[in-house]
Amino acid sequence: MRSALAANLEVGFAGRRVLGLVLLAAALGAPFLFYPVFVMKALCFALFASAFNLLIGYAGLASFGHAAFFGWAAYVTAYAVKSWGLDPVSGILLGTALAAAMGLVFGWLAIRRQGIYFAMITLALAQMMYFVANEVAFTGGEDGIQAVPRGTLFGLVNLDDPYAMYYFVLAIFLIGFAIIWRTVNSPFGEVLKAIRENEGRAISLGYRTEHYKLLAFTLSAALSGLAGATKALVFQLASLTDVFFSTSGDVLLMTLLGGIGTLFGPAAGAVIMVSMENYLAQFGSWVTVIEGAIFVVCVLTFRRGIVGELARFFPRWFADGGTPR
Amino acid sequence: MLGFIHIAFPPLPALMAQLLIGLINGAFYAMLSLGLAVIFGMLGIINFTHGSQYMIGAFCAYLLLKFLGISYWWSLLIAPLVVGAFGIVLERLFIRHLYQLDHLYGLLLTFGLALILEGLFRQEWGSSGLPYSIPPTLTGAYNLGFMFLPIYRGWVIVASAVVCFGTWFVIERTRLGSYLRAATENPALVQSFGINVPRMITLTYGFGVGLAALAGVLAAPIYQVSPLMGSNIIIVVFAVVVIGGMGSILGSIVSGFVLGLIEGLTKVFYPEASSTAIFVIMAIVLLVKPAGFFGREFR
Repeated sequence: MRSALAANLEVGFAGRRVLGLVLLAAALGAPFLFYPVFVMKALCFALFASAFNLLIGYAGLASFGHAAFFGWAAYVTAYAVKSWGLDPVSGILLGTALAAAMGLVFGWLAIRRQGIYFAMITLALAQMMYFVANEVAFTGGEDGIQAVPRGTLFGLVNLDDPYAMYYFVLAIFLIGFAIIWRTVNSPFGEVLKAIRENEGRAISLGYRTEHYKLLAFTLSAALSGLAGATKALVFQLASLTDVFFSTSGDVLLMTLLGGIGTLFGPAAGAVIMVSMENYLAQFGSWVTVIEGAIFVVCVLTFRRGIVGELARFFPRWFADGGTPR
Repeated sequence: MLGFIHIAFPPLPALMAQLLIGLINGAFYAMLSLGLAVIFGMLGIINFTHGSQYMIGAFCAYLLLKFLGISYWWSLLIAPLVVGAFGIVLERLFIRHLYQLDHLYGLLLTFGLALILEGLFRQEWGSSGLPYSIPPTLTGAYNLGFMFLPIYRGWVIVASAVVCFGTWFVIERTRLGSYLRAATENPALVQSFGINVPRMITLTYGFGVGLAALAGVLAAPIYQVSPLMGSNIIIVVFAVVVIGGMGSILGSIVSGFVLGLIEGLTKVFYPEASSTAIFVIMAIVLLVKPAGFFGREFR
């Protein structure tokens, strides 16, 4: 913990800058090396997992219901863009706003209980929103909302061009990631970590911890919504899969695999899982079995995750505030 | 969902039929939330695999009948033993490594195990339901005057009530139960009195899992046997557990039956909301009684 903090203060360490630049260059060049829709999917889930990690990794709140924010933002954006003819940016903002509002309500209910009860409550609320999505007309039931137009960005750039769409998605990811980075490294983020480590102590220091937890929950939900809304435009589709609890499990696994409470871990976990699903798609239910096996292996032997383990050996390169527990 | 709510009093047989379905669902909620509560009390983990173990119980009955010709009655005995033994293996291999860690890891591990089991069964038997017929001695229906009661459904309600209250009796009223409750409160002290607490933990897990499998066998003739039957019900059971609180054995049984009934009533008066009713109740309970009705806060 101490070494991690020390490394955190070492802003001038060149290695981290180099690492950042390499990652940025890789992101800029990726659509020329891989199928653009695949890289866009990876970016959406990387943002989703990073947003999820803001809650579980820094505030210590394990939500099992983030699919609700991801999936419902996708529905609202898809519907607004397709049926109301909204432009892509307004559509995405509307989806994000809905996810934030849902996050506010869910968070307000769920933070009344702690630990595993919190997980079960978020899971149950998300399942309720799944049934609602199944019931209401505008979501299209089993079919979902299909053939969502990507539209033109600010009336200038046609997003049907895969490269234009890719850099639009990359910009959204970077904005979302910057918000997360800023949050984690702010005084607010420090209070969140204090709550994660010892909530009673934080209360005794005079912090109204429930306000902090609620704000973190809302922010995490909003950014998950941003990811879902973007995904709806990438695939031109919003469907029941996005709101189903398996999506909440997926994002949890990405975060666990990459490293709970590390800045880059969840994004790395998302890229790995999305690639794996891509290559294993033809094996049907074996994907679920493998995902389950990764859960088991991570929990038993690998609780810090990939980036968390790397940070242990190369603290100056990766550390960003220490991993929980 | 967003239409006008027409509340007209339905004819009595329709009302009773829905209440019966509610009571049946409630019987399964009660058995499953009871198992979760027993396991949580002893192991301090939320057993996400519970739904899969319920599903495997149903499959056990199906496979025993199909390949070995073993009847429903023997399955009622064999399936809980087999699945319970399998649970013990899982506890020894995986779960016991987590007792010193945050409760969250127990949830994550059992979630992973549930994914593995469900994926394997889906790979082998697909997602569609397989029929399992009602045993010959329990087919037919009684005429109660105001409605027909299918005998099998009556049997499920009676059987699950007996099992639930039997479990309650053992835990709250016998010497063995007092050891269990003591070990829940203070395992170190109970161990120092010469009781083998780790073995008790293992057997408790096996028992909870066996309960889930028994519920699965009882469910097999009512719902179809399908790899997805477990994950569909377990989330509702989680909501039941949040409403009831896991602090009390009796509480988890009562809240299971009551919530099943309420869900059945919703089907009569406002069917669109029946799938969300229990979740809405959970939200309301969180507002007015955050710790749940029989709650003791665990962390």
